[in-house]
Amino acid sequence: MVKGLRSWDAIVLLALVVVAIVGALTIDGVASPRFWRFVTLEAIPIALIALPMTLVIITGEIDLSVASVLGLTCTVMGQLWVSGVTSLPALIAICLLLGAALGAVNGLFITGFGLPSLAVTIGTLALYRGLAYVVLGDRAVSDYPQTWTTAAIKPIPGTTIPWVILVVAALAVVFAVVLHAMPIGRGLYAMGNNPEAARFAGVNVRLTKFWLFVASGAMSALAGVFWTLRFASARADNGTGIELAVVAAVLLGGVSIFGGRGALLGVLAAVALLGVLRNGLQLAYVPANTLTVITGLLLIASVVGPNVVGMLRRTLERNRI
Amino acid sequence: MSASLLTLDGVSKSFGAVAALRDVRLELAGGQVHGLVGENGAGKSTLVKILAGVHAPDAGTVTLDGQPLRLSGPAEARAAGIAVIYQEPTLFPDLSVAENIFMGRQPLRGLRRIDTAKMRTDAGELFARLGVHLDPDRPARGLSIADQQLVEIAKAISLDARVLVMDEPTAALSGVEVERLFAVTRALRDAGAAVLFISHRFDEVFALCQRITVMRDGRWVSTDPVDALTVDVVVRRMVGREVSAMYPKQDTTVGAPRLQVRGLSRDGAFADVGFTVHSGEIVALAGLVGAGRSEVCRAIFGIDRYDAGEVLVDGVRLSNGDTAAAIKAGVALVPEDRRQQGLVMELSVQRNATLPRRWELARGGLLLGASERRAAAAWAQRLQVKAGRLTDAVSTLSGGNQQKVVLAKWLATKPRVLIVDEPTRGIDVGTKAEVHRLLSQLAAEGVAVLMVSSELPEVLGMADRVLVMHEGRLTADIPRQRATEESVMHAATGQADA
Amino acid sequence: MTHRVFVVRELGIVLALVLLVAVTAIVNPRFLSAQSVKDLLLGSAILAILAVGQAIVVITRNVDLSVGSILGLTAFATGSVFVAAPGLPIPVMVLIGVAFGAALGAVNGGLIAAARVPALVVTLGTLYVFRGLDYMWAQGRQINAADMPTGFLRMGTATVAGVPVLTLFAVVVLVAVGYYLRNYRSGRELYAIGSDPAAARLYGIPSGRRVLAAFVASGALAGLAGVLHAARFGTLDANAGLGTELNVVAAVVVGGVAIFGGSGSVYGAALGAVLLTVIRAGLPVLGINPFWQDAAVGALILAAIGLDRALSARIARSLRG
Repeated sequence: MVKGLRSWDAIVLLALVVVAIVGALTIDGVASPRFWRFVTLEAIPIALIALPMTLVIITGEIDLSVASVLGLTCTVMGQLWVSGVTSLPALIAICLLLGAALGAVNGLFITGFGLPSLAVTIGTLALYRGLAYVVLGDRAVSDYPQTWTTAAIKPIPGTTIPWVILVVAALAVVFAVVLHAMPIGRGLYAMGNNPEAARFAGVNVRLTKFWLFVASGAMSALAGVFWTLRFASARADNGTGIELAVVAAVLLGGVSIFGGRGALLGVLAAVALLGVLRNGLQLAYVPANTLTVITGLLLIASVVGPNVVGMLRRTLERNRI
Repeated sequence: MSASLLTLDGVSKSFGAVAALRDVRLELAGGQVHGLVGENGAGKSTLVKILAGVHAPDAGTVTLDGQPLRLSGPAEARAAGIAVIYQEPTLFPDLSVAENIFMGRQPLRGLRRIDTAKMRTDAGELFARLGVHLDPDRPARGLSIADQQLVEIAKAISLDARVLVMDEPTAALSGVEVERLFAVTRALRDAGAAVLFISHRFDEVFALCQRITVMRDGRWVSTDPVDALTVDVVVRRMVGREVSAMYPKQDTTVGAPRLQVRGLSRDGAFADVGFTVHSGEIVALAGLVGAGRSEVCRAIFGIDRYDAGEVLVDGVRLSNGDTAAAIKAGVALVPEDRRQQGLVMELSVQRNATLPRRWELARGGLLLGASERRAAAAWAQRLQVKAGRLTDAVSTLSGGNQQKVVLAKWLATKPRVLIVDEPTRGIDVGTKAEVHRLLSQLAAEGVAVLMVSSELPEVLGMADRVLVMHEGRLTADIPRQRATEESVMHAATGQADA
Repeated sequence: MTHRVFVVRELGIVLALVLLVAVTAIVNPRFLSAQSVKDLLLGSAILAILAVGQAIVVITRNVDLSVGSILGLTAFATGSVFVAAPGLPIPVMVLIGVAFGAALGAVNGGLIAAARVPALVVTLGTLYVFRGLDYMWAQGRQINAADMPTGFLRMGTATVAGVPVLTLFAVVVLVAVGYYLRNYRSGRELYAIGSDPAAARLYGIPSGRRVLAAFVASGALAGLAGVLHAARFGTLDANAGLGTELNVVAAVVVGGVAIFGGSGSVYGAALGAVLLTVIRAGLPVLGINPFWQDAAVGALILAAIGLDRALSARIARSLRG
């Protein structure tokens, strides 16, 4: 089983390399540093949210409210700036706390009242996005100091890659260690496969899940802060629909939607793969609509594929006997 | 002797590497009740599922009325006149009792619409025949297990089945309910039906059946008329060796109180349960299915919260509903349902075996694999777990080896109180004796063992003391010398007059 | 007993509805004018049809997030067909729309039933695939009222004895589906599948076929909704029905159809649709910022699932004795 996972990670990584090379050879501009700068800028918020989402889905739950948390954070940040909060650290701290609180609401409904995460986060998807509109209406706040907005997308010296990717990398290491090399991670896989057996082994399923939703909210808020500064714009519709991109990346990265299976490496490779694919095809003048279709198809393929392969394998085995 | 109605010949069935049935034969005659006995894991339930059309046999033939029968699904089995009452009731909780009985066969009126009124009266008549009072309109959710079982029976009767298969239908029934069930069964038999009756209670099997088939380890052992058999003979054939060898109970000196349970109550499950298990003692918790034994164990271990009472280990009170704290205090629970509660089937042997100890095995907060591997390997060797590799998913092991992994997982925590819930359910005879030897040895080392078991020979063979529960209350505390099948069953069925 | 419980749940929505209408009407009596009532009925008709389809799916313990996209695609198809064949009789057009929607639903149901993948992922994928196809087809074009027969457009606003034709469509659909679910064996089997999928398999209910049929039905009703949408609004671009799935799921959940499957009725779902429509129409009348609408929908979803959980726990307790 473990070996199977690793091979899936390898397939996604390989696909990433192949797509990048083929793109660089056939599409004008993919080889340019500018291209990779855009891919990275686009991938940063997705990756930030995909980190906790991976853990959430491994425990057998899902958080569909992430894009709305992002949007609400953006508007609150904008409104605070307009009302005179001018310290960036303070803004970031407030936004992270807000995200954590929104995640805690999800967690409370799911673990406290025992409601299905799908239904709860569809509800908060609507609720948080609605609150974003309540905060800013259809206004946009975009008069941030230029020092902030340039700082957000400043490249690492000597490259074109934005420095924020280092923050993402550091967080990725933290999440990877928690998931793959800490006792908590062992519990996450156990509860994703069989929550009852996990409880019988002394894993506190409820509490763990609660904190995962808090983490998911906080990371979505962090993505919201980045989003606001990158586009120098806080609007209520910021990031609408990116939960699809995140869930697609996590599932394509080899995490089972039923929980209990998957690894962070595959997910990060999948985030990059989708980013390269999307931007590369854009350069090749494939319309954005086609990209929507492709993302949807990839999402379906990532769950249908393994199942069909499994069924075929079982059929073959049965015939052999 | 009447002609055979349903015949199984050379039937085999495997699940992955585990052979559940090997070359099994069985002949059911109309107008006869046929008993099927065997230990848990002997393959009875698999046989039932083949008759029900849930599983298709890998090899062998099933014939009905001399015609070969190929069942591709439960609906076909029903159409062929085979009704099955499962061990665990399988009802749809949101639907009404009447709908549960007639699902897929609801009486129709014009335009193929369901005739709800007729369905309701039909259900009422069935219950009248069974002599029970159940509202056909109430949802199945919230029915007691006995009532659920009655709905299953009503379902089977409504089919007017020619073959009726009953997989431990009496496990959760009281004496009166059992009598009523027997009356109905005899009536069906006299009407010409062939009945296959599976039970662990020999008195029932001998009272109801004309012939008895014994199975062991997935194989057919014998079929004889009931007059030619005695309980002893049947037990010996089921077990396959002398019973005493199965229960290597060591005499131990009983030490200080280890586990103390006082006035434990949980609404709807058990009430005012109090007992003590001493160091070096094996105490059996006996009773019928649904008497609340597993619930008490779960509450002690912190899986469920209790409403009143307290649990002490070595005099220190455990906090209510906190499994991690119970483990830390030295309590271990080997649960009744290995696949659902004991193991995470998709995870590796190694991850399973070290899951409760994951915090203490970490070095500097990290688990890099080596410490887990060492710990798992040591216990796998000690318990002689037969696994390809420790990184293989535990689902690839046989039932007996899976149970060893569960035991390894808990013994590795060095428990002071070991609770085992049906520790030998569904495992082969050889492993069974090993498990018993292990429990005995642990007790000798000073562990307090609390054992829930539905198998009377196991209870009587292993326990220093037998506690009996009936409908959520402790009804008897019988020392080893005075424990007999009669005294335990008496208390378990609530007939103790003390 | 079961039926009594359902009725109580539905009476609750009716009560909330009456209360809301009464309060709104007291604040502004014109809320109950003939025109305003007609608008409410018109507004809720399409949502109610979608909610009935969604209820069928949710009862089987699945979910169909692609209904908004199916509506959009069939609405645009309706316009395109009329552009190509201006003389097409209206009933034929309705049939084409229903068949097209059913085909799209069959794609969902086929993937879910055959490849055994969760409905959530498949329909989240097709939500984007169908919408993307819609965009690709429309390519920014818009179909105007002038392109469609006047008889067809009149159907969108016409009334029979004061009741809008669209509402009649909804009522016919509701009564037919409601009657089918209660009185036919296959209808009851949908409830059985949602109530306990494992028991349904053990019982030999053809779960795959039934779930497929449920998705086909949901797709067909979304197709019908698409045709009616075209008739009502006249102007069509690729954005028709964007984001409707949230409102539909909300209507169903608010209407007492348990998200865990097995219980609830289409009548409740339709009532939920009416309640949501009245809330949307009533908020501005009550002087509440219309930006609160989405937040209200989200809050209502959370309240409804929380309430259902509490209710079912209480019922289970009272039945145990």
